[in-house]
Amino acid sequence: MVATQANRSPSPSKSVPLIEIDNVTKIYPSTAGDNVVIKDISLEIHAGEFVCVIGHSGCGKSTMLNTVSGFATPDKGEVRKNGKKVTGPGPDRMTVFQSYSLMPWLSAYQNVYLALDSVHPTKSKADKDHIVREHLTMVGLGEAMEKKPPQLSGGMRQRVAIARAFCLYPEILILDEPFGALDAITKEEMQEEVANIVANHDATVLMVTHDVDECLFLADRLVMMTNGPGATIGEILEIPFPRPRDRNQIMEDPRYYELRNRALDFLYSGLEID
Amino acid sequence: MSTSLPSKGTMIGGVNVTKLMSDIAPPTIAIVIFLAVWEALSQSGITLLPGPSSLFTNERTRTLIFYPFYDRGGIDKGMFWQTLASLQRVAISYTLAAIVGIGTGIAIGTTPLLSKALDPLFLFLRTVPPLAWVPISLAALNKNEPAALFVIFVTAVWPILINTAVGVREIPDDYNNVAKVIQVSKQKYFFKILLPSALPYIFTGLRVAISLSWLAIIAAEIVMSGIVGIGFFIWEAYQNNYISEVILALLYIGMVGLLLDKFMEWLQARIMKGQ
Repeated sequence: MVATQANRSPSPSKSVPLIEIDNVTKIYPSTAGDNVVIKDISLEIHAGEFVCVIGHSGCGKSTMLNTVSGFATPDKGEVRKNGKKVTGPGPDRMTVFQSYSLMPWLSAYQNVYLALDSVHPTKSKADKDHIVREHLTMVGLGEAMEKKPPQLSGGMRQRVAIARAFCLYPEILILDEPFGALDAITKEEMQEEVANIVANHDATVLMVTHDVDECLFLADRLVMMTNGPGATIGEILEIPFPRPRDRNQIMEDPRYYELRNRALDFLYSGLEID
Repeated sequence: MSTSLPSKGTMIGGVNVTKLMSDIAPPTIAIVIFLAVWEALSQSGITLLPGPSSLFTNERTRTLIFYPFYDRGGIDKGMFWQTLASLQRVAISYTLAAIVGIGTGIAIGTTPLLSKALDPLFLFLRTVPPLAWVPISLAALNKNEPAALFVIFVTAVWPILINTAVGVREIPDDYNNVAKVIQVSKQKYFFKILLPSALPYIFTGLRVAISLSWLAIIAAEIVMSGIVGIGFFIWEAYQNNYISEVILALLYIGMVGLLLDKFMEWLQARIMKGQ
């Protein structure tokens, strides 16, 4: 059973990367001189990969994400998708924002529908209706589709945002600390749901998080960033656990603690140097 | 049923009388005291202003109270027709102000250049009081009726316009970012994101404007002779020293103003239900 899923993790050397972050530097000018947020970052993400980025607050993780999503333009270097330079935001790189970013005047259904309708205006109404319902049901909101965001809990709102993102079948899904505002139990539930959906959709994911355990459960590779200013990639860990992953099972694996300690060491040593 | 809900206060026909009393009693007592002091002051001769009882003791005023629908032609009409005439002017000009204000506000809110060009002019114009517009509009439009309409329009349009522009400018980045990622069409952006997001601001403007335009119509009509309307009615009554009629007209003005505000509040709650 494990063997059929094990080759989901692609071998980077063979395939052409979906996303190439090529020597990207981002500078925010300020009155006290230029603030170099990230410096000379290079990273390749292959189709089907789940990449997590971890680092201290303010180290430029989100800035790096924004250069991929197209909300930030690199001052040096460039980001390419399938070899073509990224110039702005687009649904092929759908983002799940930290703050959910749902329209409070639209129901859960309407929020998802708006995105799908906007990206695929030519699809038939019945098709769109089906896709929206399918994705909301998939995230466990089959009964709450007609509710508006203010009537939903934080976890449910994030589920709507996730349904909205996945229903577009983006080439790469960008998640910016998607579970940061959730309580521990909801967080674990959501991680499992996302892991399942990613497997079903064969999705490529780039995710920023603070949580090492979350990375170890979800990611194929864990990118650890050094502290800013001028943050860059410090180390990349391969997470070798086969999929589908069982939280308890991987935690019994001795490599789990090895990886976990290395990640924590990296984060803490970064603190001491500063 | 052995258990019954413990009820606080006396219930009569399902109505909690105690609660009703505690809600209604304080304002009622305050009004009664206010009227009593007023009555006492005018009885004692300290002021020449007639007391509230004059509404009923004065024969002309009593007629006006009991026959609000009379129409003797010309401008000699009952209070209902006077009020209605003023309200009609407000309705016309306010609607126009809402259309122009919301339209221009959205244009300004979405176009930084337009905003830069027009903001100073608008900020200046909106500080001009309604009464100051009266001579200008009379000079410009030459006739009482259009001049009155213009005064209301020019009073009501600024709060609507400025609030709409602010509402459009203040659309949270969150919503705009989503709009950018899903590359929403201009039309969808307008109806699904811009308008609903700015709606609370637009309604704030609309509510301020309805009170202002009601104030403005009274002010405008007072100086515009020979038209049916509650403003001019007050002026004429004052000229003829029918002070109790002025008091009656004030009651009408206050009630209508209150109703207009309540109506906008109700409309706002209805349209923005569930947000």
